[in-house]
Amino acid sequence: METIFEFIGSNITYIYLIGLMVFVGIELISHVPSVLHTPLMSGANAIHGVVLIGAIIVLGKSEPTDYFSIVVGFIGVFVGTLNVIGGFVVTDRMLEMFKKKPKGGKS
Amino acid sequence: MQHLMEICYLIGSFGFIIGLKLMGQPDSARKGNLVAAFGMGMAVFGTLFLDKTGFAVIPNFGYIISAILLGTVVGTLMAKRVQMTAMPEMVSIFNGMGGLAAALISIIEWQEIAHHPEIEMPLGHYIPIIAGLIIGTISFVGSIIAWGKLNGKIGDFRFAGQQYINAFILLVIIVAAYFNFTHIADGGSMWFYITMAVAIIYGLLFVFPIGGADMPVVISLLNSFTGVAAACGGFLYSNNVMLMGGVLVGSAGTILTVVMCKAMNRSLMNVLIGMAGSNSSGSGAAVSGSAREVQATDVAIMMKYASKVIIVPGYGLAVAQAQHVCHELENILAEEGIDVKYAIHPVAGRMPGHMNVLLAESNVEYDKLIEMEHINSEFPTTDVVLVVGANDVVNPAAKTDPTSPIYGMPILDVEQAKQIVVLKRSMKSGYAGIENALFFDPKCGMLFGDAKDSLQKLVNEVKSL
Repeated sequence: METIFEFIGSNITYIYLIGLMVFVGIELISHVPSVLHTPLMSGANAIHGVVLIGAIIVLGKSEPTDYFSIVVGFIGVFVGTLNVIGGFVVTDRMLEMFKKKPKGGKS
Repeated sequence: MQHLMEICYLIGSFGFIIGLKLMGQPDSARKGNLVAAFGMGMAVFGTLFLDKTGFAVIPNFGYIISAILLGTVVGTLMAKRVQMTAMPEMVSIFNGMGGLAAALISIIEWQEIAHHPEIEMPLGHYIPIIAGLIIGTISFVGSIIAWGKLNGKIGDFRFAGQQYINAFILLVIIVAAYFNFTHIADGGSMWFYITMAVAIIYGLLFVFPIGGADMPVVISLLNSFTGVAAACGGFLYSNNVMLMGGVLVGSAGTILTVVMCKAMNRSLMNVLIGMAGSNSSGSGAAVSGSAREVQATDVAIMMKYASKVIIVPGYGLAVAQAQHVCHELENILAEEGIDVKYAIHPVAGRMPGHMNVLLAESNVEYDKLIEMEHINSEFPTTDVVLVVGANDVVNPAAKTDPTSPIYGMPILDVEQAKQIVVLKRSMKSGYAGIENALFFDPKCGMLFGDAKDSLQKLVNEVKSL
């Protein structure tokens, strides 16, 4: 029990952050027209590509002689970049089609 | 320099939130995507160049940059080349890549731990590593299976009591992860890789039984999994932008999944346990008689003398790439003074909003695309309904046959229109794998053939009349 309290106490900022972000995420998505579900899923998909930063960190701190970590880290950065770049480009291609519309209209 | 990096992360995090907010409205959606991409760019830039050690001197910089460049080139090519119809598959692949990245980070971090068994490992440090591994692996394997299902390479696979077995496997993962923790001092990685192997099995069994029509929901769910896996990495490195981005996607993805299920009038549990298709034999009884085949000429005459036509697009339209010729037909009819609208079912195609995207591509005006709730009252006053490659979303069994697997799903009430024409390649059933009584309705005619060819014929016939 003591360790749990200590864990919470020492990470309290992160716990606040996580809690708030959960609400922000729910609020942002709750009232979106179904038209946008696919692009939105794709956009969110690109955002979790932020895992790329973790891959950069882990590859960056690997010993240059530790070939296992270098190879795995390299793949990690590569696939992380795929997620980010591919995600944003695909989303942009989908949303490109929503652009030029002469009148506002309903969604 | 540390402060500059933190500022980049701050901009990145806000970029994600504002971007996601803007993406929620059709007018600003594209800008929102750019804002989120800019935020991502700032975060990556900060990590690369503004690390606490100073400018551009993180070790292995060459490897990192070349991996990023390679990923950028390949990612751009993949995303640019893909056909609009194959977008869902592509999203699934990219999602899997994110999950894989999270799992690989955990593997390297674990090697570090395994090499130094003498160092005591706090649970708070171990949990994000192992959780990142488990969730990332499930997301990766699941996404690849989902991709295979969407492009028809992998069929459904289910057996009795599967949900109990899945629950059991989940338990095994947790037990293995716990054993791994208690055996850290012994060195070795056996339990770590057992945990990973079981997570792979879970990823397979989790997605295998779910029908292809429900894949969007699964991808959306796996999407939020990857978000959580990214957040684990953020916790591990005390990295705010990873944590915020990951949690944001985790929660937004979960709620998006629920909203999508609602659009199909099903609960998430119902989708995951997978009811569609497995006991579909019950729907056979309602279907009898024979379908009536019609020719393009007849349909053209029918439409020419109608005053109101509604087009119901479906996956067949997307497959045949028929959106442009569909728009052409709409224009020709509109010139004749006929009122033409599109009825958009929330899950027509393979993803919610799929049809809107496709038709918007061919410049169909927004206010012609009417959502289900608003158009259903208009069918009784409609002369001709043109169903282009849609099936399950117009199947009356959803309302009339409680034994049907799609019973309860809201559908477009096309059978109330005066005439119905269905453009279809054959009498084959749709994604739910069931017969459609609508095709045997006396008011309904079937125009067989590829949607694009059939629409082109209609355009020519209407022109020549």
